[in-house]
Amino acid sequence: MASRKPVRWHIGVFLAPAVLVYTALMIIPLFGTLLQSLFNKGAAGERVFVGLQNFATLFGNALWSDAFWNALGNNAWFFVVHMLVQNPIGIALAAILSTPRLRMAAFYRTAIFIPTILSFVIVGFVWKLILSPIWGIAPGMLDAVGLKSLFAPWLGREEYALTTLALVSVWQFVGIPMMLIYAALLSIPDEVLEAAEMDGITGASQFWKIKLPLILPSIGIISILTFVGNFNAFDLIYVAQGALAGPDYSTDILGTFLYRTFFGFQLQLGDPYMGSAIAGSMFGIILIGVCVYLFGIQTRLRRYQF
Amino acid sequence: MTRTIRYALLTSTLLAGPALAETTLTIESWRNDDLTIWQDTIIPAFQAQHPDIKVIFAPSAPAEYNAVLNSKLSAGSAGDLITCRPFDASLELYNQGHLADLSDLASMANFSPVAKSAWQTDDGSATFCVPMASVIHGFIYNADAFEALGLSVPTTNDEFYAALDAIKADGTYIPMAMGTNDQWEAATMGYNNIGPNFWKGEEGRLALIKGEQKLTDDAWVAPFAELAKWKDYLGDGFEAQTYPDSQNLFTLGRAAIYPAGSWEISGFNAQAEFKMGAFPPPVAAAGDTCYISDHTDIAIGLNAASPNADAARVFLDWVGSPEFATMYANALPGFFSLNSTPVAMEDPLAQEFVSWRGKCESTIRSTYQILSRGTPNLENETWNASANVIRGSEAPEAAAERLQAGLASWYAPQQ
Repeated sequence: MASRKPVRWHIGVFLAPAVLVYTALMIIPLFGTLLQSLFNKGAAGERVFVGLQNFATLFGNALWSDAFWNALGNNAWFFVVHMLVQNPIGIALAAILSTPRLRMAAFYRTAIFIPTILSFVIVGFVWKLILSPIWGIAPGMLDAVGLKSLFAPWLGREEYALTTLALVSVWQFVGIPMMLIYAALLSIPDEVLEAAEMDGITGASQFWKIKLPLILPSIGIISILTFVGNFNAFDLIYVAQGALAGPDYSTDILGTFLYRTFFGFQLQLGDPYMGSAIAGSMFGIILIGVCVYLFGIQTRLRRYQF
Repeated sequence: MTRTIRYALLTSTLLAGPALAETTLTIESWRNDDLTIWQDTIIPAFQAQHPDIKVIFAPSAPAEYNAVLNSKLSAGSAGDLITCRPFDASLELYNQGHLADLSDLASMANFSPVAKSAWQTDDGSATFCVPMASVIHGFIYNADAFEALGLSVPTTNDEFYAALDAIKADGTYIPMAMGTNDQWEAATMGYNNIGPNFWKGEEGRLALIKGEQKLTDDAWVAPFAELAKWKDYLGDGFEAQTYPDSQNLFTLGRAAIYPAGSWEISGFNAQAEFKMGAFPPPVAAAGDTCYISDHTDIAIGLNAASPNADAARVFLDWVGSPEFATMYANALPGFFSLNSTPVAMEDPLAQEFVSWRGKCESTIRSTYQILSRGTPNLENETWNASANVIRGSEAPEAAAERLQAGLASWYAPQQ
């Protein structure tokens, strides 16, 4: 007589705290926001169901859609700068750090990683001061090497402000890809590298032909982390340029656009319904991006088991 | 410190309980900076006259005030007296029935229609807060610099630019301290500072609200055209200059003229080591009527649900008196009494600012009443447009057209 399988209650008990906290803090608010985006204020200020009308306004009314596409375009550029600058530099730093002959590797590793743990407020403020045309050290340093003419009030010019802030963000977060890739490089077994050396593949070609293919999955993860982080970004722009994301909305990204709409700003009263519609759109954009990566790229990456 | 005060407040409420003859009034406010002034100066003065009414000043943090107040009012736990923000925030409370109508209060007669406009229904039929103070716009200048360069205080537009040119030619000082990084100075200390002279103060402002004038009319484009000329007189890299940068440039004596609001007075008095003076926005030709932005900022109203309404009205009536006005204006230089009775003030810079009320017509910022209710928000758009015009990235006419199109998109009288 087969005994009944015992109820494995401990699984539920141990999962419960995480599930409850995550549901209360993330899942319920997420669906609450998505639901709220389907409502709007009626004539007497009451909440009425309007279906997808908020989204129709957001994408159909030029007043809203111009701001939305501007924010989305800026966000895309913000992401492109990170992908082109932050991640290659992060990988290069990791490759250099993992060279066994490098002295003081631990010091460099820590120094490069420290900005990541600084608060946005400090980073935004410090860089504003460094780049300030009045008190900043940037004009003085450029002057010292005779390049004063290259200095411009970067944060105040429409054509440079967003790129400048993206580079500040790169400076802050370059430690994250560096650490992840560094860990991936260290996990490559010595046998593989020794075999490569036996075959005469050393130095740079060893990196390109042996190490890089082995760390591709890590690079994929970094790309998706960068994507999610950038499309959720808000703090740095808010700290450096304020909620109006000046000059002339040239640094306005989805996060600041959402903030202005949802919470209001100065005389503008907050509009939680349109704000939820923007938040819902951001969620959709990130969801699509992550899905494309997961199903289109992640599954095609070749993995090596050692 | 705050803790001691909180305990003191708690204890005083407990002690006040048994004394039945005494009424206790609690004031809700965002001015936590002014706590000592209320406790040491204003409340004792009131209680000397009305020993039977006890007053407690219970402020919350400025950024949280609106949210805290709204929830307290809904829950029925708000104080008897409510400090009022100007225009729509307070109007909303009145429409919801949280603020009582105070139109029949005797001391309301002490205030001009402009002073009361920030706390009235759109048709002006009901006033629900007693005006306390306003802030005045103008220009503060470095008097030592003017003396060294042999400049006199400009009164007309031509003299204004002549002075700026002279300062620029000399090169010792940055002619004007302002940046466009934070955007609001461009609109508040720029557009709404010099604008009233062009749109003739209240006349233009009310015509705009009624839909008789448009933001694309000459009177409303001209201030933008002036702002466009300011570019040449601002410091290097003004595009990235922030509000605190501008304040520091001026108080360190590196800039000669500062487009200002009177709230700067106490800060500048503490920081600057040179003599300062102030002049109102210059007019087109000598002898023209001048208009100043005398912006209503703070008032106090009665919680409609207060059980102590009679005592609260006594207090509000006193707040409307010249006695209160004198006390308040001297304790906080730069926050000017809205009372029609002239108030004697000690601070020379504050005296200079307030003297303009005698020779110029007062108005308020054009974007604050009614016009910033919709989307896009006219005030926020004006920040953006003013900053663009000063930076030279948008032509004055184009900026005005954009603002007009935005306003017309939701405001019926402008359609």
